[in-house]
Amino acid sequence: MVHRNSLTELAAGLRAKTFSSVELVRAFLQRIEAAQPVLNAFISITAEQALAAAAAADRELAAGRGGPLAGVPIAHKDLFCTAGVRTTCGSRMLDNFVSPYDATVVAKLKAAGAINLGKLNMDEFAMGSSNETSWFGPVRNPWNTDFVPGGSSGGSAAAVAARLIPAATATDTGGSIRQPAALCGITGIKPTYGRVSRYGMIAFASSLDQGGVLTTSAADAALMLREMAGFDANDSTSVDAPVPDYVAELDAPLAGVRIGLIKEFVDEGLDRENELRIRDALKVLERLGASLREVSLPNLPRSVPVYYVVAPAECSSNLARYDGVRFGHRCQEPRDLQDLYRRSRGEGFGAEVKRRVMTGTYVLSAGYYDAYYLKAQRVRQLIAADFKRAFGEVDVLVGPTSPTAAFRLGAKTADPITMYLNDIYTIGANLAGLPALSVPCGFVGDLPVGLQVVGPHFAEGRILNVAHRYQRETDWHRRSPERFA
Amino acid sequence: MNATASGWETVIGLEIHAQLATRSKIFSGAATAYGAPPNAQASLVDLGYPGVLPVLNREAVRMAVRFGLAIGARIARQSVFARKNYFYPDLPKGYQISQYELPIVAQGALDVVLDDGSIKRVGITRAHLEEDAGKSLHEGLGAFTGVDLNRAGTPLIEIVSEPDMRSAKEAVAYMKKVHTLVRYLEICDGNMQEGSFRCDANVSVRPKGSDRLGTRAEIKNINSFRYVEKAIQYEVARQIELIESGGKVVQETRLYDPDKGETRSMRTKEEANDYRYFPDPDLLPLALDEAFIEEVRAGLPELPDEKAARFSSQYGLSAYDAGVLTASRELADYYEEVVRAVPREPKLAANWVMGELAAALNKENLEVGSGRMPAARLASLLARIADQTISGKIAKEVFEAMWAGGESADVIIESKGLKQITDTGAIERAIEEVMAKNPGQLADYRAGKDKLFGFFVGQVMKATQGKANPAQLNELLRKKLPG
Repeated sequence: MVHRNSLTELAAGLRAKTFSSVELVRAFLQRIEAAQPVLNAFISITAEQALAAAAAADRELAAGRGGPLAGVPIAHKDLFCTAGVRTTCGSRMLDNFVSPYDATVVAKLKAAGAINLGKLNMDEFAMGSSNETSWFGPVRNPWNTDFVPGGSSGGSAAAVAARLIPAATATDTGGSIRQPAALCGITGIKPTYGRVSRYGMIAFASSLDQGGVLTTSAADAALMLREMAGFDANDSTSVDAPVPDYVAELDAPLAGVRIGLIKEFVDEGLDRENELRIRDALKVLERLGASLREVSLPNLPRSVPVYYVVAPAECSSNLARYDGVRFGHRCQEPRDLQDLYRRSRGEGFGAEVKRRVMTGTYVLSAGYYDAYYLKAQRVRQLIAADFKRAFGEVDVLVGPTSPTAAFRLGAKTADPITMYLNDIYTIGANLAGLPALSVPCGFVGDLPVGLQVVGPHFAEGRILNVAHRYQRETDWHRRSPERFA
Repeated sequence: MNATASGWETVIGLEIHAQLATRSKIFSGAATAYGAPPNAQASLVDLGYPGVLPVLNREAVRMAVRFGLAIGARIARQSVFARKNYFYPDLPKGYQISQYELPIVAQGALDVVLDDGSIKRVGITRAHLEEDAGKSLHEGLGAFTGVDLNRAGTPLIEIVSEPDMRSAKEAVAYMKKVHTLVRYLEICDGNMQEGSFRCDANVSVRPKGSDRLGTRAEIKNINSFRYVEKAIQYEVARQIELIESGGKVVQETRLYDPDKGETRSMRTKEEANDYRYFPDPDLLPLALDEAFIEEVRAGLPELPDEKAARFSSQYGLSAYDAGVLTASRELADYYEEVVRAVPREPKLAANWVMGELAAALNKENLEVGSGRMPAARLASLLARIADQTISGKIAKEVFEAMWAGGESADVIIESKGLKQITDTGAIERAIEEVMAKNPGQLADYRAGKDKLFGFFVGQVMKATQGKANPAQLNELLRKKLPG
């Protein structure tokens, strides 16, 4: 029953030789294979490479060597490039793409000793909030398989929630780590923009994308993030600042910590039951000595429209490289260059990706640039300024992660705007480049919901500390779906 | 066609692309050397692979700043890289990283000496950093097009002039001046055949006296001075003819065909791409501090104009000679090395470097830096002229022998017995022999036919195999001939 252990416990058990890495990897691979037809959380399962790596890790451990994650199984969202392993980005466009190199995050986790068991399903090019846009089919929520797991890191979240893997890498451009964490009842952190290298992380919207991690607890997230974070000379936007020991900061007392509830997040869109779970969670934090007040960020409600200008603009340019010339999907028998472009891209991309590429192309076009892109950037500055002002008054901001618990598959696919509103509470942190996480804080019906904690730039240690102290008082994060017990 | 005479004024602005001489590319570690097999020098970044990111080459920044300082421009303390979006197979990312609203260099100028000796100031609106694209290959591939991405990501500065030039000749003079400057600064090898230095010309015409600009055509990618001149001349004539016959110039991009000597339409404004420029989110704004700029300034070499002025004053050269000798840094350095060896003969050195040496190099299509005739070697010959061992005329013979073989000037002078005769007695004896052999001419001269003086100089020179010191010979002849 190793899958009931946290990542931290597994790492310790490996060191104590309670079990071997090969045993762990075998056990988790078995769970992955068994759940795959139900959840569809994986796009690729790399059993052979994983077992070979586990055997090597066991030799290291036997010799008293090995990094902090030596022998621990994990899996990567399928937009982190992995050398020699297919990296699809959830798209037909990259169905055949085998990366010649490792993303920095992949290399760092490898260096820390983690064993990669496979590549996780996701919304196509990370565009989606329900994991229904994947070329490889939707992922299902382990709590109720008629429901979505959230997106875009739906595969990562479902796999961790079903205990198919103790931790999974993920990315968050507008909520793609936190929203599925909330909908699947697990912990997910999106670090400060620039904290984790984007090199080798296939771009959706470069100024918003940030790599992070999904785990079952804040403590595990701290352990993973400590190994993933840090300056990378290959990423000009990565920040050259030392990485604190997030694990060591977890237990700091919350007495005197000033917590601000974002007033604008308690709006008419927020499910009442969900609100009650949030209010319960805040009581726990107050009991721990934190002070609570309400804080207003008046420009925050503009997040969604700003995001749906900036992100598509960047995506329209980032996805131009998929032209059928050098890699990826290429149409059969192109008549000429235009035909090659049109059909390769027309066939390779799904509807949501096309919608965003077209939106982005439009907002950057001559005559529209000022009205859309430039204006959105100005409002983005205002939102960042709101956060800055708020952090003059409080240490962390809190609120719901998502307006509702998970919804049924297909419920929102017909109306993109309804779908986009799922990210209404998460986008702000991306626009301002702030670290933010989601922890499970109860259930609405049989489905979990999450509490979001946002910190100032580089305050990952602080928000993980708040989350960890909360998890010491509660057991929501220990609950797992019965079907995958 | 002389546009000015016909009542039309030509207006030209140039956009010069100079490849920066960095060892690696502007956003990747791949080498920039020319001539490697296709795609041998294309890294994952140059290929635009999924997930890769650009990292700016600081050396390219330093070179752009060198250029900016050399043209007295404003160096932006903060400049921004932008994406220029369009689809083309040789553009792997589907966008070119360039600079748009905030370039690194703005508002500079260059003074250009025109044929009539007057000086024209050409404004330089901006110079920005960008990456070069790859190349499409069509030969030997049948119905396919090949793509070579070795050049993709090579750093460029695009130098955009004001529409300040009024003739093809002015445009060429300006382009040559920029060419000289970038080589002085050692930021570009200036090799036009390999495409390291090329330009787009914006050409329009307007009625003389008008202060409104006419509609312009942009002639793309011209890679020789001669083609620039011809393309502009053709284009000016075409536009004037078009307008005079009742037509209208349309704003368009045109290509120059050097074989046919004409420009032809590539695409009109309506067909032009909307490049959808926006700041590249993968690159932070480029911030430069004073210390860096001052460090670059301190490392600037003596610039062509400064050097020419110094040559005039220090070596007593004419403005023309000083201009010729400073046209390239190699030539100027070579000249100064020669002068250092014969410090009292700067004018003689100038004449030889611009004359015999230039002619000999030119014949074999060599550069002064080729090592074919090291400065010290030429100087040793000039020293023999200076100390009157040989005459200037004999020196040309010695130079030819030196060019043909490896021997030193002294060995050649010795072995061929070319030493100048400065012994008054010997010259007098030769004069007497010549007078004795030519009594008729002597009588005529004495009867007043002064012109025959030259005849006697020639005869004595012939008798001495040209070795008689010319000044001494003249003096002695003037004494002896009158009797």
